[in-house]
Amino acid sequence: MTTMTYRQALHDTLRAEMLRDENVLLLGEEIGVFEGSYKITAGLLAEFGEKRVRDTPIAEEGFTGAAIGAAMLGLRPVVEIMTINFSLLALDQIVNHAAKIYGMFGGQAKVPLVIRTPGGGGQQLGATHSQNIELYYAFVPGLKVVAPSTPADAKALLIAAIRDDDPVLFLENLALYNTKGDVPEDDTPAEIGRAAVTRTGRDLTLIGYSRMAHVAAQVADQLAASDGLDIEVIDLRSLRPLDRPTIIESVKKTHAAVIVEDDWLTYGIGAEVAATISDGAFDYLDAPVRRVAMAEVPLPYSKPLETAALPSVDDVINAVHQTLDAVGRRHQKVGHD
Amino acid sequence: MTNQVNAPRKATGRSAAVKSVKPATATPAKRAPRVKVAKRTPAEVAALTEIYRQMLLIRRFEERAARSYTQALIGGYCHLNLGEEAAVVGLLSALAPTDYLFTNYREHGYAINRGIDPNRVMAELYGRIDGVSKGWGGSMHMFDISHRLLGGYGIVGGQIPLATGAALAIDYRGGSEIVMCTMGDGTTNIGAFHESLNIAALWNLPIVYVIINNRLGMGTTVEKSSAEPELFRRGEAYRIESARVDGLDPLAVADASAKAVAVARAGRPYLLEVVSERLRGHSVVDPAKYRTEAEVVQLREHDPVVTFGAKLVRERVLDADTMAAIEHEVTARIDEAAAFAEASPTPDIATLFDYTYATPVANDSRRLPGQPLFDPAPLPDPGEDQ
Repeated sequence: MTTMTYRQALHDTLRAEMLRDENVLLLGEEIGVFEGSYKITAGLLAEFGEKRVRDTPIAEEGFTGAAIGAAMLGLRPVVEIMTINFSLLALDQIVNHAAKIYGMFGGQAKVPLVIRTPGGGGQQLGATHSQNIELYYAFVPGLKVVAPSTPADAKALLIAAIRDDDPVLFLENLALYNTKGDVPEDDTPAEIGRAAVTRTGRDLTLIGYSRMAHVAAQVADQLAASDGLDIEVIDLRSLRPLDRPTIIESVKKTHAAVIVEDDWLTYGIGAEVAATISDGAFDYLDAPVRRVAMAEVPLPYSKPLETAALPSVDDVINAVHQTLDAVGRRHQKVGHD
Repeated sequence: MTNQVNAPRKATGRSAAVKSVKPATATPAKRAPRVKVAKRTPAEVAALTEIYRQMLLIRRFEERAARSYTQALIGGYCHLNLGEEAAVVGLLSALAPTDYLFTNYREHGYAINRGIDPNRVMAELYGRIDGVSKGWGGSMHMFDISHRLLGGYGIVGGQIPLATGAALAIDYRGGSEIVMCTMGDGTTNIGAFHESLNIAALWNLPIVYVIINNRLGMGTTVEKSSAEPELFRRGEAYRIESARVDGLDPLAVADASAKAVAVARAGRPYLLEVVSERLRGHSVVDPAKYRTEAEVVQLREHDPVVTFGAKLVRERVLDADTMAAIEHEVTARIDEAAAFAEASPTPDIATLFDYTYATPVANDSRRLPGQPLFDPAPLPDPGEDQ
């Protein structure tokens, strides 16, 4: 194990995969000479040269589509889209092409492509640069969407994504790049499509992904200390496929669930998780499933407004309290632990 | 700047400028030196005859497709290459078998001319298991990796970045193949066209972009959609060599294509505009009411199969007997394709989930509509966990 930042884990994994497989190349805006807007690709141009680390024009549709076409011929491109907001410019290529090519042509061409892109609000970047729109991609069969929350998962899921023969949208988060964690030395890929139970508990299941997996873990720690609650935390890690069995297994044990997401509530990722719980664990629920999500507004610039719109630890604690209060379970818990 | 005009600068307007469009039969003088009767060797005669046969094969295939469509044997949209036969045959004549071809959704003729068995192209139209895309693609999405036809794309302009990326992969590996990417005139207004040309020029990619300019989007003219209606000139903005050629003349197209392919093989992109005709509506169901009667009459004069056949007869390459024999052979071939398609089975429903992912993945959904996410669960034990 080595302790490193999420950023370093991404950088080191890209480098290792490029050393391992010469079909891996990087494309994106400002990833070479400028070393990336968030410096994930620092030093890689110097090491691998322009052939394998390509600064592209500002043309998301063009270079993402070119990466898809290169993947059809067997290269394994890793595209960096500077933020997920800009991926909308490449939506046609990702949704109408990357996701369709394998199926639409009867399995004759694979698209081993990774699109790395960060989401994330809370940086005072205003409405167009703060969105969490991974849902748009998680909606689409043919794409795989992963959202690591830790440096270890960043490494293991990036390895999995690069070695996978399907297009993978690899969701990063601006607020996670400087977070630290232990990262294993070996290069074992994670299994796409599997959530992680990052904390076991019996009182309630808290479900999050990406940055919100950390918020969920923090809430669980705080409520253990303040209320003696024993909360189970699930980090979804994979948004498509969604690991429904892990969610259901947990809720069958805890009988209550709160979902934490920093996308918008209506039609969001949490809605799908809640529907899953309704389908698979309806008879086990003691309380309605709650979702804590971003306020349904274009995210404002001004700090107090932005902070108010984003889900906070306190917002989640309130939702957990209300969920357990509704069935009288928090009081029981405080009583007998 | 090396842009040049290979063919008479045809006006691209349908109504205002149609008179200035020279019919193909009016330009033989330009090509006369190559088609003098006295100089024909048997090999040349065979080659010209084969060009005619290939054009006729596309013609009869497309006519049959239209018939099958109206008989509801073919579903979805069905866009035909009628009027484009000379362009198809001329363009593809310059490609090596190892080169790659990307097209838009009007591609049946390209598939056949690339050497794909017409049986399998027709079977795809019929949605059958023996179709080139196993019945998953249909008219707009023909794909055959063995013939390096990398699609048939239904989204206007979607194929252009992909083709550019295929050229990137060739360049990355130091290969000698090239990519040809066809599109319609309306496509040159989409962002993907400009982004791709810019990338190809910056990175010196081995690709020929081909604009099939039939002067109509669906019904909107080039003049109404393109501020620079001389579409090949759009290459100038990217310092891409470009040319325009008369798409009704298969030999002129073949020459222009050979030149374009040579440039691409030397590692530079090329933009070729082929001025063509669309003999019928945008798709089979379009009656093309936006065309005047005069235009319809002119279209018949511009029919490339008829024009080229008449020219070969006039120049004594073909006689009536040979033409009849070709007609007979081609018709039989198309009948066979239709019979093959009709006899081919439809795909098994059990294969519905086989092509979502190439790498199998945990928790992939494989449910038909209405199937529950979870098997009905036993009720919880009231004593458990309370």
